[in-house]
Amino acid sequence: MADLSVRVGALTLRNPVMPASGCFAVEYAEALDLNRLGALVVKSVSPDARAGNPTPRVAETASGMLNSIGIPSKGLDAYRRDVLPAYTRFDTPVVVSVSADTAESFGEACETLSLPEVAAIEANISCPNLEADGMAFAMQAESTYKAVSAIRRRTSHPLWVKLTPNAGQIALIARAAEDAGADAIVMGNTVLGMAIDVRTRKPKLGNVMGGLSGPAIKPLAVRLVHQCHRAVRIPIIGCGGIETADDAVEFMLAGATAVQVGTASFRDPAVMGHIVDGLDAYCGANDVERIATLTGAVALDAQLSDRWLRFAQQSG
Amino acid sequence: MSVVSLTPNNATRPLARVPSPTCHPHEAQPDTTACGSAAGHLVATHRCRVLTHHAVNARYRYLRLQADAPVALTTRPGQFYQLKCPVTENDAPFLLRPMSVYGTGPEPDTMEFLYNVTGVGTRALATLTEGASLDIVGPLGNTFTLDTQWQRVMVVARGVGLATMAPLVQRAAAAGLRLTVVMSARSEADLMRDEFLRSPEARALADVHCVFDSDGSSAVAALEPRIRALLAAAPHDAVYTCGSHRLLMLLQRVLAAHPEITGEVAMEQRMACGMGVCLSCVRLFDCDGDKQFLRVCREGPVFAIRDVVGEVDFG
Repeated sequence: MADLSVRVGALTLRNPVMPASGCFAVEYAEALDLNRLGALVVKSVSPDARAGNPTPRVAETASGMLNSIGIPSKGLDAYRRDVLPAYTRFDTPVVVSVSADTAESFGEACETLSLPEVAAIEANISCPNLEADGMAFAMQAESTYKAVSAIRRRTSHPLWVKLTPNAGQIALIARAAEDAGADAIVMGNTVLGMAIDVRTRKPKLGNVMGGLSGPAIKPLAVRLVHQCHRAVRIPIIGCGGIETADDAVEFMLAGATAVQVGTASFRDPAVMGHIVDGLDAYCGANDVERIATLTGAVALDAQLSDRWLRFAQQSG
Repeated sequence: MSVVSLTPNNATRPLARVPSPTCHPHEAQPDTTACGSAAGHLVATHRCRVLTHHAVNARYRYLRLQADAPVALTTRPGQFYQLKCPVTENDAPFLLRPMSVYGTGPEPDTMEFLYNVTGVGTRALATLTEGASLDIVGPLGNTFTLDTQWQRVMVVARGVGLATMAPLVQRAAAAGLRLTVVMSARSEADLMRDEFLRSPEARALADVHCVFDSDGSSAVAALEPRIRALLAAAPHDAVYTCGSHRLLMLLQRVLAAHPEITGEVAMEQRMACGMGVCLSCVRLFDCDGDKQFLRVCREGPVFAIRDVVGEVDFG
């Protein structure tokens, strides 16, 4: 049996597999042993109560799905009282995901949730920033720095910052999160998308636009993880279209220390257990003693482009 | 008179559901909510073999599966499974498709579905040949309330509601309850009376009323007085429906005059996970004056007809 443990900042996880926030709830305990996972990442909570978006909230796409759930929330008190205890009963670190409208309320919410039973806080700064006309904090390096700094001032808990694939210049944004004190980066979130029913001419989502997830976005997410890996020293948790152990290994080779599994659980509620088993099998088959050594181990040939250019010139 | 739920109690739950002594998933969530009740079954992916698969009529197809576990013993009327429809040359369904169970048994590992080909998933499903493999996830959702001491119940079905309520009809008939059955269809050719009242007991106990779009008898204006008359003619203990929002709203109006009658509906909604995780399948309910969104896959699919908030139709 290979050593599947990984370190994300100060936190040691028994293996690199955890659910993605929004695609996980304690109901999966009926289909899967939650004590086998690396961490439990709970659905995002926002300080203000909100009902979520109108239905339909989900639409199928090629090798993926669009969703516009809208982070329904009953606020922090109800979350701590009614939601969190269901997750902290397991022998697995619990990560709370927080979403807020302003940098200040982000900081307040993360302070409130810096509880002893919470192992880490994931700040979902991919959500709309009311101070910038609804543009997500993580769309720009400056607003990323501001939001993460505001949170860092209010908590000493391990802080993971979830970035968005919708941003350009991801290296600058990742570096801004690191500079502001993030302990890890979660890369990434859903990709903004839209689908229309050609018969009714109506958008397929009640909220018109939504987030694309699933295997359709995996190459995009692997690229972003790799770019972040080149830009920062803090660990990266890869996320986007992971369905198999090979997918998880691919993210680790690109630079991820751990991975989050989202949409795949909707197709097979036991899939995270299969991925853990598959990682062990991969290590066994490939003589990998410690899975942590896979992080960033993509075989890059730094001179390839130079040699190719010379070859191309010779060939006329 | 005690009203029993068809949901199995804790004693019948498989022990394998609790993976380790440190994990207490049952305590981690409430068993019931203000309205609706949680499922509480062991959910698993079952590899199935297609035993029988054929067209029933121009609209419906019948599918009989043999699973790798005794699913017939743990599946209750109203519950559903998520089907992993195959990928074909023309269709690549990504999400699983929720489908209510049309029948179980007689063998402990066999189960039946009755479905309409409406889109990518069911079109792909329709290509499955006998002997092919199909993965299903479940059982999911809650079940209808039925007291075997009751005397008479009414069932109002249209469209896919027929498949959802067929196991309830079998259960009621097996207990000797008399049935008032209202079947609504586009035309006589679409009606599946024999498929709905599958057993000799059900056919003997049922007083059947068929209404059609083709002759206008299924219109709300024509049907509402007819249902009021049926409920006035004989005492009913419960009314069940599924498959039509218009019929649901009609029954909600009618039941206002009959507070003694239990009314239940199996709801439908677009869903992704089927287990209460993704929150995509919510609908609005009025639970003792408190309006809340409940998950059709988890708190339902069976809800009290009186609790449904009708004016919100998100399609």
